[in-house]
Amino acid sequence: MSRWLVAPILIPMLTGVLCLLAVRRPRLNRWISVTGAALELAAAVALLAAVRSQGTLVLQVGGWPAPFGITLVADLLSAFLLAAACLLAFTLSIYSLASIGAQLESFAYHTLYHFLIMGVSGAFLTGDLFNLYVWFEVMLMASFVLMALGGERGQMEGAIKYVTLNLLASAFFLAALGILYGLVGTLNLADLAVKIGGVTERQPQGMLMAVALLLLVAFGIKSAVFPLFFWLPASYHTPPAAVSALFSGLLTKVGVYSLIRVFTILFVQNPDLTHNLILWISIPTMVTGVLGAVAQNQFRRVLSFHIISQIGYMILGLGLFTPLGLAGAIYFTAHNMIAKTNLFLVSGVVERLQGSQWLSRLGGLYVTQPLLAGLFLVPALSLAGLPPLSGFFAKLSLIQASFDARQYLAGGVAVAVSLFTLLSMMKLWNEAFWKPRAEDAPADAELPDRARWLVPIALLSLVTLAMGLGANWFYSLALDAGHQLMNPNNYILAVMGGQP
Amino acid sequence: MRSFFLRTAVRVLLPMLLLFSIYLFLRGHNEPGGGFVAGLTAAAAWSLYAIAFDSRHARAAFRVEPRRLIATGLLVILASGLISTFSGRSYLSGIWFSLPVPGLGDIDLGTPVLFDLGVFMTVIGVTLGIVFSLEEVEE
Repeated sequence: MSRWLVAPILIPMLTGVLCLLAVRRPRLNRWISVTGAALELAAAVALLAAVRSQGTLVLQVGGWPAPFGITLVADLLSAFLLAAACLLAFTLSIYSLASIGAQLESFAYHTLYHFLIMGVSGAFLTGDLFNLYVWFEVMLMASFVLMALGGERGQMEGAIKYVTLNLLASAFFLAALGILYGLVGTLNLADLAVKIGGVTERQPQGMLMAVALLLLVAFGIKSAVFPLFFWLPASYHTPPAAVSALFSGLLTKVGVYSLIRVFTILFVQNPDLTHNLILWISIPTMVTGVLGAVAQNQFRRVLSFHIISQIGYMILGLGLFTPLGLAGAIYFTAHNMIAKTNLFLVSGVVERLQGSQWLSRLGGLYVTQPLLAGLFLVPALSLAGLPPLSGFFAKLSLIQASFDARQYLAGGVAVAVSLFTLLSMMKLWNEAFWKPRAEDAPADAELPDRARWLVPIALLSLVTLAMGLGANWFYSLALDAGHQLMNPNNYILAVMGGQP
Repeated sequence: MRSFFLRTAVRVLLPMLLLFSIYLFLRGHNEPGGGFVAGLTAAAAWSLYAIAFDSRHARAAFRVEPRRLIATGLLVILASGLISTFSGRSYLSGIWFSLPVPGLGDIDLGTPVLFDLGVFMTVIGVTLGIVFSLEEVEE
């Protein structure tokens, strides 16, 4: 099986290349895109099953042994998040058929889409910090173009902010890698984990902490934590709905994944400093995000601010640095990827129907689109944390973990922020669905490819329900992943243990 | 640009530069050179042609659409890696065999050569795609 560890990276690459060849034949292009995404999902699920039954899988690309070659590793954390990401990729590939116009498709939209997925898969699977940097760049290249594709004025403005901030983050990341390589002489995660102990014996910890904080800033910008989040609400609402849904589901989560990875395997020498700092960052991240959302009057801008708030929950789990906390963070990340993306999908349908994102100009959708209204409620209530949906269990586990770790303030804030989230979801519901529409507003537009718009939303809503009703299974998976992260020895052994 | 001297020079330079790029490509296996720089050299040759004449002529003379070349190059790279996966080794492992060529002795061929060929094609495709479209914007 481990020989096929490379499949989740190669399938999107192959799909993207075939889409590039077929760019002049729209029908074929769409078929390739959806089929490729389905295969990718199958590969990711198979990988998750294999990791669950056989433990951490490792592939040394090119047959070069660990610290020298390119290492791909799949442990439970990577495999779980990869499966969630591929589920999104599959549903969004269907949604794109409706939401992305023929013009953007002729600019190789599908190719860029799959290259972005390739970057995300690579980032989840790599076992080497420098390769993580490379995969980030692959992902960002594709996302830069996707963000600017179409070239409307607002989009360009958002794209420039997005590109600038992300380039800055990449510069921090690269600087940290340079210093780390100078200190330790390797960038393979497992090898680093072994050797970093030796560095702390020889030298004062200052340099190592500098690297840790540089990485915290770099990944912090990419995952939009307080106070580095401002680029996100400035850019995420500008591109077409399918693209902002893709970004909201995947990009910041790769930043969160990198934070979790780096601060569980490498920088664990001084958790009083690093993990407490993360914990203290998580609190204002949760609060500012949710308060920012309350002040917004556009559908997708409300959602963008909520992304930030929920990033706070994820890193709260990391800041606690207990198996329970990490399990909560992982479960929350997967839940959030699915529920939040789904809300972006709904916002795209609403915009198509009523031609606006401004809440004041929307209304009455409960009467005209009862199915859509019902489908909106599932992710919205899940995000707010109502049982029996996935968000309830995700928040419950995080809050429980905070109280177990005696972080009463963080736990209390997490509860309070949930209430505000509910408030903003109710605002969206009232404004877009419940209130009657202004009388001078034009009639709703037609929704020609109804299935392509609604099937992805229904699919993701079902998964949200399943993650809530089957919370036991998902949570035990996340808990295993959390335990795995707290005992990195398995990871190190699997990578360095002299496999071919 | 309508320059008689440049046009005359390009007619001579183009085949020489292309030959040089193939030389760089083959040399790259054990010495400095390789698919990337060879691709850049070949792309430079065609860019020169596009400057001397115009990009419409250059596209016609180049025959292949750059987009297709990029895609084909990436497919070749994928294939070169997958050969080893399908033969039971890890992705991108080098697999070698020798090909007896009369007059030259045995020539070692392997998947890394295929990989390099993919890089060569992709680099030409990307560079020419950019150069041609930039020139068309100018026109």
